[in-house]
Amino acid sequence: MSTPFLEVRDLCKVFPVGRAGLLGKPRAELRAVDGVSFTLERGESLGIVGESGCGKSTTARAIVGLHPATSGSIKLDGVELTTLDRRGWLPYRRKLQMIFQDPYGSLDPRQTVGSILAEPLAIHGLLKPRDRKLRTLALLDAVGLNPRHIHRYPHEFSGGQRQRIGIARALALEPELIVCDEPVSALDVSIQAQILNLLRDLQERFGIAFLFIAHDLAVVRHVCHRVAVMYLGRMVELASRDALFETPRHPYTQALLSAIPLADPVAEAERRRVVLKGDVPSPLDPPSGCAFHPRCPAYAAHRDELGERCTRDLPALGPAASENPVSGQQLREVACHWAADVHARRVAP
Amino acid sequence: MSKARWTWKTEGLERFLSGDELIKGESLWQDAWRRLKLNRGAYWSLMFLALVASISLLAPLFPLPSPMALDLQDEPQAPVMPWDSFGAHGFDEATKNHFIDSWEPNFVDRALIAVRTGIFGDWQTGHWLGTDSKGRDIASRIVWGSRVSILVALSATLCSLIIGVTYGAFSGYMGGRIDNAMMRFVDVLYSVPFIFVVIFFVTILNEYRHELADAGIGYIHVFYVVIGMIYWLTMARVVRGQVLSLKNSEFIEAARVIGASTPRILFVHLVPNVLSVVIVYLTLTIPAIMLFEAFLSFLGLGVEPPKVSWGLLAVDSTEAINPIKTFWWLIAWPAAAMGSTLLALNILGDGLRDALDPKLRGR
Repeated sequence: MSTPFLEVRDLCKVFPVGRAGLLGKPRAELRAVDGVSFTLERGESLGIVGESGCGKSTTARAIVGLHPATSGSIKLDGVELTTLDRRGWLPYRRKLQMIFQDPYGSLDPRQTVGSILAEPLAIHGLLKPRDRKLRTLALLDAVGLNPRHIHRYPHEFSGGQRQRIGIARALALEPELIVCDEPVSALDVSIQAQILNLLRDLQERFGIAFLFIAHDLAVVRHVCHRVAVMYLGRMVELASRDALFETPRHPYTQALLSAIPLADPVAEAERRRVVLKGDVPSPLDPPSGCAFHPRCPAYAAHRDELGERCTRDLPALGPAASENPVSGQQLREVACHWAADVHARRVAP
Repeated sequence: MSKARWTWKTEGLERFLSGDELIKGESLWQDAWRRLKLNRGAYWSLMFLALVASISLLAPLFPLPSPMALDLQDEPQAPVMPWDSFGAHGFDEATKNHFIDSWEPNFVDRALIAVRTGIFGDWQTGHWLGTDSKGRDIASRIVWGSRVSILVALSATLCSLIIGVTYGAFSGYMGGRIDNAMMRFVDVLYSVPFIFVVIFFVTILNEYRHELADAGIGYIHVFYVVIGMIYWLTMARVVRGQVLSLKNSEFIEAARVIGASTPRILFVHLVPNVLSVVIVYLTLTIPAIMLFEAFLSFLGLGVEPPKVSWGLLAVDSTEAINPIKTFWWLIAWPAAAMGSTLLALNILGDGLRDALDPKLRGR
């Protein structure tokens, strides 16, 4: 395929922090997203994981245009989205929709489910009014809700049901890409599974692409074809799901994966965990070189061997050779100066 | 990978189009109304206010004496029981014309007076609540005065509503420096003592009352607007705070993602969600404005005779009080009318706040 369906290049989002006085200049800049690049094909789902504050939600919001990007480009079907105004956006709203995190806050409490679902159709002038009602019924049916509840209000539904309404609203415009911003993190675990299965079924049925933001690795593993790991506004590793979960390359990814508890107590007791020391550094004042080096177990253990590169040079996200014959075909990108060594020499952990 | 393919299963769903099989939802307004009805105090306050409002609205229909018919005696006459003095044939053509000429009622009220004379002829009730020092019937003056008091309260509240909601919603939605500047302006106005501002305005307007009258604007209308312009400050703050907390909520973001325009977001999503707080605040503003009107009339800055308001009635009664004899009915009846209305408004406002509070839902 010549042009990727969604192409994000060097996306940056900077928030000014702490204005001095009424008209003063901002005291500091918070680089929430700092040079994120990735592509997404039609029908594919890409997961973005990371700790809170790593910029994954900001990335999602920049893509749907809720936070205008500071710099960089976002292209959907080859069309640049960052320079569009509201009117210019309208046709792309139909291709690009969003599911929100909080099922309690994302539905207007004063509107019925029917009008919530009909609103996108009305704004875009799709269908005749009579057909709109039939479509809202079909939407409710498609997300597993009883169509008889069309005249009910959001507060009359449970959290999981509300999230289904949010999904139905995103489906109403028949989008090709849905950005899901932590769609299940506010739900009970049992409900999470239902919603994730629904999302997978919808993807199979309609062939939608998903950009899936989550902090729960198990959730991402369940839904996504490819996974990107973010740390302090940058992507540190981007690989197919199996490659990432089986042979993580970046020390941060390794630490993240080792934080998943195992259900088997024997295996849990035997396995070695990589426990990161300290907190995530402030994005107002990120460390020099590789942002991860102050907490990197590989850097801590092999400081002499690895030298000054980690503290001096910013590692770019680049293809890494894979020794695994199974996942050897799959694309993998790592942002670590020593990615090959980390794997080959078992530098860490 | 392949392009998205959209097909919707609609078979079996057509039967829901008629609406017979649909489950009815309960909106937050219906829910609030249901809970307001459960609150006995608030419910009866609402009923009482509806009664006061209809008496006030239908005042010309009642066979009351003219509120300005003088009956000069040495001193105010005490209330008489209906069985002692049921009424008299006093509302004759001359009294009626005198009343119409000095009160200048509008055509609806003239029609209602015509209906009244059609039903009751020239008959009018006795002085069941007593008379004031000039022999005017207290009951009639309370009923006719309620019109002025309620009208001042409603129009000033409406004025504060329009200015406050527009100003506050705009300030909150724009945010940033515009919000900052607009709210500092409100802070500055807050620090100015209201009473001096009103006295200042009213005094100046008194100078130009003839010019205003030529332009078709009565002094009283200006008075309403001046009070409204004082009371919008808190409303602006309340609305701005609400908009500020709502504009970053996810349902507003969701509306932007589906492509809603700014006016649509403001009027379809933001304003209906702010409305419940605004209504509660309004029911608490009305009594404050009524009291303020009474206070201004008391100072001689408000409603002017021959018109009468509850505030003016209080002035008249204090003038009639002397150490030798207390004419209790002069004070008791207007105070009771005003006090019960204010109490009912406060109870209703309190009940509305509870009923509209989503945290209390289901109780």
